[in-house]
Amino acid sequence: MTSIILAIVIGAAFGAVLDRIGATNPNWIGKMLTLTHLHLMKTILLAIGTGSVLMFGGQMLGLVDVGHMSVKTAYVGVFIGGLLLGAGWAAAGYCPGTGVCAAASGRKDALFFIAGGLLGAAAYMLTYPAWKASGLLDGEKMTLGAVPGTEYPAFFNLSGDVLGVVMGLAFVAIAFALPERLRGTGEAVAPAE
Amino acid sequence: MTLNWKLGGLLLGLVFFGAVLLVKPIGVSTQFVILDAIVGNTVNPDLITQTEDGYTSSNAYLAKSGGKYATNAANPLNYSFVFVLAMAMGAFLSAMARGGVDTDERRLPAIWYANYGDTPVKRYAMAFLGGFIVLYGARLAGGCTSGHMMSGMMQTSISGYIFAAGAFAAAIPTAMLLYRKEG
Repeated sequence: MTSIILAIVIGAAFGAVLDRIGATNPNWIGKMLTLTHLHLMKTILLAIGTGSVLMFGGQMLGLVDVGHMSVKTAYVGVFIGGLLLGAGWAAAGYCPGTGVCAAASGRKDALFFIAGGLLGAAAYMLTYPAWKASGLLDGEKMTLGAVPGTEYPAFFNLSGDVLGVVMGLAFVAIAFALPERLRGTGEAVAPAE
Repeated sequence: MTLNWKLGGLLLGLVFFGAVLLVKPIGVSTQFVILDAIVGNTVNPDLITQTEDGYTSSNAYLAKSGGKYATNAANPLNYSFVFVLAMAMGAFLSAMARGGVDTDERRLPAIWYANYGDTPVKRYAMAFLGGFIVLYGARLAGGCTSGHMMSGMMQTSISGYIFAAGAFAAAIPTAMLLYRKEG
């Protein structure tokens, strides 16, 4: 029961924040991916950095349970899947989470996105054996440094939690350093709501 | 009405941190599979079957990792599935609280109108096709923007960096090609 209450509280907070930062608005996604207004990119980078510093900092102080970490396997299919997701994300202006949130906020095109998504996920379920047999799904769950209290192999033989805080700070620094726009001329124009 | 990136980024970071502090990292795309499995099992009750120590499926993907997905589809009242439903509710309430998305936007986003005019059917077809590719890709990668890119890079997971590199390498040229005019 506790886990269901947590799911409701954290899930609702996540949906509300996605709505308020503009991530559920395809105009903001388009602006970010055409590099004409990087507001959302700065938001995302700052969020990753903040999360990283708090999580690894908390783990170093013993306040955050290392056992809650869940690192995914790195394999060639991650890159191929990333390419596919990126292309669809740009075309539709939605990713799985923001598409669901956009539909909930009344955007009609997001309903079509979800329908396409359900079909795409079903198509993967059916073609999974071929991917599995190809060996492209084989890999290891690996972190950048060795995180104390975990079994994950490390890419660099360095302290994983210190590296995590450093990476987090780097994300924050990039968020601040990025200009409002990289392409086009004039003031970056915020899209309509 | 969009939050300043400093406040928005901080709040989003706190949500991702709160999730890993209290439960586990945020992820969404798996739940598309779970919903497919629930619907599939309604149409064909042989899709998910109970075993002595849990659930399995005639579909190899649902049966993998000890029937993890089959188990969740058989018991939809689990953390990850409820999380996604709550996320939709949170977005709905937040959108309503700021006065809702306006009628024109709900029908057709401005960026589409600026590039392709008043062509909602084309837009819906593009959103459908985009959704198909996004979820196929997310399942192949084993996660999406939330699970791989945000939760992954936050944990310094190598897979998160690989995924983000692939996603932006495709997304930026695709967006530049499709949306030449600023919305």
